[in-house]
Amino acid sequence: MQNEHTTIEFPPETLALVNRIIKRYPEGRQKSALLPLLHIAQSENKGWLSTEMMDYVAILLDIQPIEVYEVASFYSMFNLEPVGNCLIEVCQTGPCWLCGAEEILAHFEKRLGIKSGETTADGRFSLKTVECLAACGNAPVIQVGTDYHENLNIQKVDELLDTWQAENKNSHSNPYL
Amino acid sequence: MATKILLENIEAPGLATFDCYRKLGGYASVEKALKSLSPDSITQEVLKSGLRGRGGAGFPTGMKWNFIDKKSDKPHYFICNFDESEPGTFKDRHIGQLNPHQLIEGMILGSYALGARSAYIYIRGELFYVLNIIEKAIDEAYQKGFLGENIMGSGYSLDLYCQPGGGAYICGEETALIESLEGKRGNPRIKPPFPALVGLYNCPTVVNNVETIANLPWIINHGADAYAALGTLKSKGTKLISACGHINKPGIYEIELGLPVEEFIYSDEYCGGIRNGNQLKAVVAGGSSVPILPAELILKTAKGEPRLLSYESLEEGGFQTGTMLGSGGFIVMDHTACIVKNLLTFARFYHHESCGQCSPCREGTGWMEKILRRIEAGKGSMKEIDLLADIAKHIDGTTICPLGDAAAWPVSSAIRHFRSEFEEHIIQQKCPFTK
Ligand SMILES: Cc1cc2nc3c(=O)[nH]c(=O)nc-3n(C[C@H](O)[C@H](O)[C@H](O)COP(=O)(O)O)c2cc1C
Ligand code: SF4
Ligand code: FES
Repeated sequence: MQNEHTTIEFPPETLALVNRIIKRYPEGRQKSALLPLLHIAQSENKGWLSTEMMDYVAILLDIQPIEVYEVASFYSMFNLEPVGNCLIEVCQTGPCWLCGAEEILAHFEKRLGIKSGETTADGRFSLKTVECLAACGNAPVIQVGTDYHENLNIQKVDELLDTWQAENKNSHSNPYL
Repeated sequence: MATKILLENIEAPGLATFDCYRKLGGYASVEKALKSLSPDSITQEVLKSGLRGRGGAGFPTGMKWNFIDKKSDKPHYFICNFDESEPGTFKDRHIGQLNPHQLIEGMILGSYALGARSAYIYIRGELFYVLNIIEKAIDEAYQKGFLGENIMGSGYSLDLYCQPGGGAYICGEETALIESLEGKRGNPRIKPPFPALVGLYNCPTVVNNVETIANLPWIINHGADAYAALGTLKSKGTKLISACGHINKPGIYEIELGLPVEEFIYSDEYCGGIRNGNQLKAVVAGGSSVPILPAELILKTAKGEPRLLSYESLEEGGFQTGTMLGSGGFIVMDHTACIVKNLLTFARFYHHESCGQCSPCREGTGWMEKILRRIEAGKGSMKEIDLLADIAKHIDGTTICPLGDAAAWPVSSAIRHFRSEFEEHIIQQKCPFTK
């Protein structure tokens, strides 16, 4: 293997989870575990996938690093740049737009002082627009970590932001746990 | 009371637990099937029921199962499509979150019928919390002997796993889903060969939608005839309609196919009418991909007959005056909604989600978004309306997978039925709906 020089190592309980997942696929098809592993790797790395982290995933699955990069760059849930501790994803597609998603986004931008796609200077919050989250009946909708927040209005956004600011919200926990 | 197959017990507290589900009659179909029915007779039953795929295309489920390569000595796979990414569609999440065991029960039936020993539920990565609920239910089913080795002493064994996606609408397309499940980018494969011959790991594979699969226990318990007695001639059974937008009661409704659209929109049992007493303007009846229809054509066909929620009635009139049932994502717009702006959000969506393999889709979706952005901002020209229609025409039918068509249809139908609204943006040099 080409890249044995990584210093990254998952903690034992994460490695146990990884091994359980790899066993779900037939012999020689361990590459199928790539998406689940990228979700785990991202959560172990403050919410984004560094090259070093992707190389480590390649080692875990015994595949080439390029096979990891090309997949990580295809799917929108994988961040290839650092993000804030709390990543707020605001749905912008038709049904949410019809129900006021633009005002919700504008309010987040105003309160955080950043535009969509940016991170606050203190590194605590990032804002990102996303496409339909399959919750359109409760529009407008946002996602933070694995949590959905639905039927939003300005007041609810304020309450959520106040709570997250007070508790120093981190949205990057392992999605399996 | 109308028959409910998918939402019958949905409000029962604790339905997601094995004990509650079992107490309400859950897993009876698996007992019946493994004790007394051959795999082939299950396929025959599903064929006879008239069940059509609920993922969007409406292909008869039993017929799809019959394509599976039975002679192949390779393993067979059954996959549940839980990608649920078509804008306006939010029904599968409801089943997965509140009634995971009904999905698992259906997975066992389908896997048994198809001779699969391993099955996967591919669920969009955003819905990880639902994945965790389903995995918990799967663990329970193993403990109770409904999954794993030698299920109920029948000699049949099945392993069932969940797989998260990574955020990509295209992975709802079944061959892209298979690629993704193999740990690759979600690039759709060229068909044929179809997955029934060459699917996951090049083995015979069937992919079905969550709702399709959740219907199976009822069909096996009550029989194909009972199922086929529901609905219309070409649309059997019930359907989940996820309704959103400018209505009083957005939500997920199980209707018997053939319900009049007017009743669905205005009755208190369903959408409860348009919000604030506003006027109905337009409906996208089957998820963002299907043609939009103005109020008069969604309530009545061009022939003046009441429009029904069924495959054939929604298709009545073809694309000139009709639409499609699609995934059942029912998006309602009142008179305050800007058709052009709504369309722009869809165009951006398809541009963002194009996998980039075919030039008409990769380039065309971006081009359409750009033109729509200009028109919506009041900076477009009349010529660009025709250009837009022309681009859509050239994408339609020229690509590897139907995402191209899905991107084109909303554009061509919006221009067909709401051309004057595009023109207003150009004449007023701004969106007429902004104050
Ligand atoms: C771009 C695209 C997206 C799709 N998304 C979904 C989806 O999210 N869920 C789904 O069940 N089917 C989706 N489909 C349809 C699947 O390709 C496939 O027809 C379906 O899973 C078959 O299941 P069914 O016969 O039970 O409907 C999509 C198709 C296309 C072309
Ligand atoms: S039509 Fe679009 S999404 Fe489908 S294969 Fe071609 S480029 Fe990819
Ligand atoms: S459009 Fe926002 S959840 Fe569907």
